[in-house]
Amino acid sequence: MKKPSRRKFLASGAAVAGAAAAAARTTSAQSAAPAATPAAASAAGKKDIKELIAYGERSRFVTSLREAAEGRPSPDAFGLTFHVVTPLGESVGSITPSSLHYVAAHRGFYVPEIDPKEHRLMIHGMVDRPLIFTMDELKRFPSVTRVHFLECIGNRSTARRNTVAQTHGMTSCSEWTGVLLSTLLKEAGVQSGASWIVSEGAEEVKGASSVSLAKAMDDCLVAWGQNGEPVRPQQGFPLRLIVPGFEGIYQTKYLRRVKVVDRYYMTYNDYGHLQKDPRTIALTTQIGPKSVITFPAGGQQLKGPGFYEINGLAWSGGGAVRKVDISTDGGKTWKVAELRTPAYRMAHTRFALPWTWDGKECEILSRCTDDLGTVQPTRAQVAKFWNEPLTPQFNVKGADNTIQVWKIASDGSVHNANFV
Amino acid sequence: MRISSRLLLLVLLLGATVSAQSPTYHLGRTPTPDEVRAWDIAISPDGHELPPGHGTAKEGKDLFIEKGCVQCHGRNGEGGKAPTLIVMKGMSTAPGRMPGMDMGIQAPGLMAVSAPFATTMWDYINRGMPLGREGSLKPDEVYALTAFLLFRNDVIKSEDEAIDAKTLPKIQMPNLSGYTEHPEWKHATPRLSNYP
Repeated sequence: MKKPSRRKFLASGAAVAGAAAAAARTTSAQSAAPAATPAAASAAGKKDIKELIAYGERSRFVTSLREAAEGRPSPDAFGLTFHVVTPLGESVGSITPSSLHYVAAHRGFYVPEIDPKEHRLMIHGMVDRPLIFTMDELKRFPSVTRVHFLECIGNRSTARRNTVAQTHGMTSCSEWTGVLLSTLLKEAGVQSGASWIVSEGAEEVKGASSVSLAKAMDDCLVAWGQNGEPVRPQQGFPLRLIVPGFEGIYQTKYLRRVKVVDRYYMTYNDYGHLQKDPRTIALTTQIGPKSVITFPAGGQQLKGPGFYEINGLAWSGGGAVRKVDISTDGGKTWKVAELRTPAYRMAHTRFALPWTWDGKECEILSRCTDDLGTVQPTRAQVAKFWNEPLTPQFNVKGADNTIQVWKIASDGSVHNANFV
Repeated sequence: MRISSRLLLLVLLLGATVSAQSPTYHLGRTPTPDEVRAWDIAISPDGHELPPGHGTAKEGKDLFIEKGCVQCHGRNGEGGKAPTLIVMKGMSTAPGRMPGMDMGIQAPGLMAVSAPFATTMWDYINRGMPLGREGSLKPDEVYALTAFLLFRNDVIKSEDEAIDAKTLPKIQMPNLSGYTEHPEWKHATPRLSNYP
């Protein structure tokens, strides 16, 4: 028996009507020849058929949803902080459905309604030819399509976060389509002496970030497409700057302006990079090699000993994933995992390792090596680097890319074992 | 070796010259000076984008009430639901913390005075305030509100002395020492050498 979708159910506003429709479908399913008349279509009204034709929805049995990040009510009491995480524990492959992409915003869950026909992008500042583009003009440039992850600087495991959504869910991965920022900057003609850009959004607060010109000319993408459709409003519709491998705040949503300048601008959004120690600034900009096992992961339950496939996601802000190692004995021995999706630069890469659980308590962890040869560190290694004692309270500076340890108890329950 | 590096330099120079000289696709149009002026709201620490205008802390004190800032930030910039804008004496300005955001609600005074440049304050008030009426303040009003917050935080001493495009960038902010230039970013390079 099929039930009307939740959306249709709410739209009709009457449970009785919904129940009647469901009953009608049941009847028709019983009486009609299954191959000749699809049950849903035969009983559905014209509007239903239109919906069935126009936009497919996932099964009502699929329930993975985003949720507020632990420790940060979204929205908060003042209604400004909004942090929601991707349900990584139910993730498949390497692409995050756009509707499940994480969101982190400090100026509210406010989403501007921008008419793409009215939207403009201006390139100016230290250029020979300031230029202003419509969306249609931007789409006439040679485009590129690239898979890139985004990650919030606040994406980190803490003692109170026990699921992989909470410990790692502020990263998501999409296929982005757009024009390279370097193409636009070359069209405008960058003048000598320029060293930074300021990228700015069109939303109410006109969020702006300073990005080094070297990065802007390297691989930044002015994206209008995400996963086969226009960029979603919560992700910056109609235009988003993608700064591959850099912290989330650089990925300017609702992009309306790029100004080429000769110094760091220290905008409000740059505040996270206001640091005394240049090492911390470096660690707060580019994301290091990182990985996490998404199954079995915290909050999940194994149904007794036997065969399982351990799998998870790996990524790096420095390049492509070269290798992922998995340990099932707390880091004593390691096995090389298989990469199950293409290892694109600055992209989530799915890894897996066939494994038979003997039913005994154990610790499982993964370790990413990127194509620069950089290896994902443990918390202990990072504490040693900063000459700080490794306690559960030790706070990794910058973007935390340390190894995540999951403990599988003998009853099959899985727990965050990073902070014991 | 020497020849090849010279050749490489020549090629690079040629490439740079070509790209600097002529556009390839001839798409888009030249924005008008008015369009650029209207959009050019990011303020450099040297203040060269600052518009003409001026304002005093005394004027800012009245504007803080008139413009509704008090409703969220509290009278005098503290004690409201929104981030406190006043750093109490002896409190750390906590460089690197997200100022005036979620932590600012609990901890005092992060946005306003921990900015290493007064231009950052002007820029943010101008682009982002008041909530719901962003971009509605006139330059004189932004100067006055900036002066008010600087005065309340003991950064400037006079309530009657106007600040303007010339004087604002010269104001010595207490947290200038908390600011360091970004290390140079390079393609395909680990983010920090010797980091594990």
